[in-house]
Amino acid sequence: MMKRFLQYVALMGYLIFLGFPLVWMLSTSLKPPPELVKLHPTLVPDAPTLMNYVQAFSEQQLDRAAFNSLKVALGSAVLTVIVALPASYALARFKTRVGTAALGWVLLSQLFPFVLLIIPIFLVLREVGLANTHAGLVLIYVVWALPFALWMLQGFVRNIPRELEEAAAVDGATRLQVLWRVVFPLLAPGVVATALFAFISAWNEFFFALVLIKNPDLATLPVTLARFVGIEGTARLGPLAAGSLLATIPSLLFFAFMQRRLSSGSLAGAVKG
Amino acid sequence: MLRRLAVAAALLLGLAACSGGNAPQEETSGPVKLRFLSLAWQKESLAANKEIVTKWNAEHPDIQIEYVQGDWNSVHDQLLTSFEGGDAPDIFHYEAAALGEFSKQGYLADLSSLVSSELKGQIAPGVWDTTTFDGKVTGVPFLLESQVVIANKKLLDAAGIAVPPATGGWTWDEFQANAQKLTAGETFGVAWALKSPTNRVMNLSLNFGGKFFYEEGGKTVVKVTDAEKAVPQRIHDMLYVSKTASPAALGMSGADSLPGFFGGKYAMLPGSVSLRQQMVEQAPAGFEWVTIPPLKGASSQQAANPQTLSISEDSKAKKQAMQFIEYFLNPANMATLAKGDWLVPTGKKANDELVKLTGGKQGWDVAADSAADLTISAFQKVNGYPEWKSKHATPALQQYFADKITLEQLAKQLEDGFRG
Repeated sequence: MMKRFLQYVALMGYLIFLGFPLVWMLSTSLKPPPELVKLHPTLVPDAPTLMNYVQAFSEQQLDRAAFNSLKVALGSAVLTVIVALPASYALARFKTRVGTAALGWVLLSQLFPFVLLIIPIFLVLREVGLANTHAGLVLIYVVWALPFALWMLQGFVRNIPRELEEAAAVDGATRLQVLWRVVFPLLAPGVVATALFAFISAWNEFFFALVLIKNPDLATLPVTLARFVGIEGTARLGPLAAGSLLATIPSLLFFAFMQRRLSSGSLAGAVKG
Repeated sequence: MLRRLAVAAALLLGLAACSGGNAPQEETSGPVKLRFLSLAWQKESLAANKEIVTKWNAEHPDIQIEYVQGDWNSVHDQLLTSFEGGDAPDIFHYEAAALGEFSKQGYLADLSSLVSSELKGQIAPGVWDTTTFDGKVTGVPFLLESQVVIANKKLLDAAGIAVPPATGGWTWDEFQANAQKLTAGETFGVAWALKSPTNRVMNLSLNFGGKFFYEEGGKTVVKVTDAEKAVPQRIHDMLYVSKTASPAALGMSGADSLPGFFGGKYAMLPGSVSLRQQMVEQAPAGFEWVTIPPLKGASSQQAANPQTLSISEDSKAKKQAMQFIEYFLNPANMATLAKGDWLVPTGKKANDELVKLTGGKQGWDVAADSAADLTISAFQKVNGYPEWKSKHATPALQQYFADKITLEQLAKQLEDGFRG
């Protein structure tokens, strides 16, 4: 009984640790300017107001920016999964020197800083007519997310016993049928994790979106939110908190929708003896 | 991934070879669309920027301006990549201190022959100097930030301290003496919010003629004489000798120190003239504050790092871009922009206009008068200043203000750290 109680206390502590920044952001977004600089700030605003939300939306095109971010993040998540799924299967199942070298390169490519790549990327995109487009941004995000997605997914593939594929083949399934009916369904948690990773990376990304998108109507949410921060880090805390809070909602919803499919256990008892 | 990177690298090399460097751009005649990157971020300033652009577009169908919003924290990277990628905005908003590096790379148009004599005459020569590099005028300075002192009026009254007129501020000695009078119980006379101490020290050191950077035998060197020591030493004394300044405020930015100021922990805040905006917006009901003019040492001169408007060298419509800048910065517009950002306009007429517009209230009389004290300082033209500042000056000043090193050690670290 005591053990369970302590577990709940620990869980509650962890939840508070994770949730407090969001609660504080909500509180800040509802405070009028004088309450933001009180010597002893309170969690519950004395005079709650929606003024910060009104300002955030009237001064910046937050709704359009959110739509742009959603479009880019969903596109990146879907494309990353489409590319990573067969590639990770090939890397996990077919042992070749090229595969090992490719995996090594995938890891190595993560060492390149953004700043080093941004100008070449910009020039390439401009040459192919994709600079200043969401398609160009999605392309970059997919390339950026792929190394980690490949590493993650090929781990999931390795966990699927080969015997299952062999059994399906013995029963007369073609390779495509094996992949479609046996492997991919068992990979669902991995696919969901990969999609979440790609979605959140693209949703939060700032620098590429800043540099590659020139048209104000195509700006994404992180770039738009940065406009509430001024010289030497001085921020307009109220509208920034209001905008940032709203910016977290789509990724929370996406996570809530996808996390049910993250559950493992589909393989339990699949191979006996 | 490998292939993509290889393609990117190959294309980069190819394009770099084909790009032709900074070849002069052919000027366009006829209707043009120009991109204007603005860094306005305050509510009023944003509205003023957009309104001026809208009016211009309505009045000038042949020169249309596309307003693009940037932000101060990432503008440097944004501009650098745009210049390198050949896709820079035609007109952009930034600050004088950052223009030297861009000018050296050939990214900025020389405005000398484009600026009208009317606009040129409105701005003091010392302020024009901040944007002039190797004889090239690389930007039109339009907003200035002076260092003033914001004080709690009730605490001043209680200590029997009179508020000085806008035209004549306190000397440093008077300021220190008043800080002593205001220090009592839980209240410190002053909060020196020195999260980024170097620029503040450089700016204020001009009060005593402290330049830090000198030319010796054709080389730039850092020298810390009595003139350069004066400001750091006085701040240090307030922290540890008279104990009239709060050590807790040292790591704060100006905005961070406001809760303590409004809560009565600090009586005076030396800081930017733009702090007045937070006073107006965030001060609790009934809180009275006043703006004390810039402090005087041997003079009340401070270094100016104005906000600027520049034209990219790559722009194909430089004349039209300059036409827009002249309109954007006419006295009435410049006054409105300065009011929106709570800063000081560089133009004389705009300054007069602003005092009329505001009645000199909320410290606008002090702000307007402080424009005359702002001029160029040696550090603003020094190659390698940003590196010296981040690697040597800031850590050394932080150590000195934390009482970890002596004034002599500070001087040595500052002098030895610069390799001109």
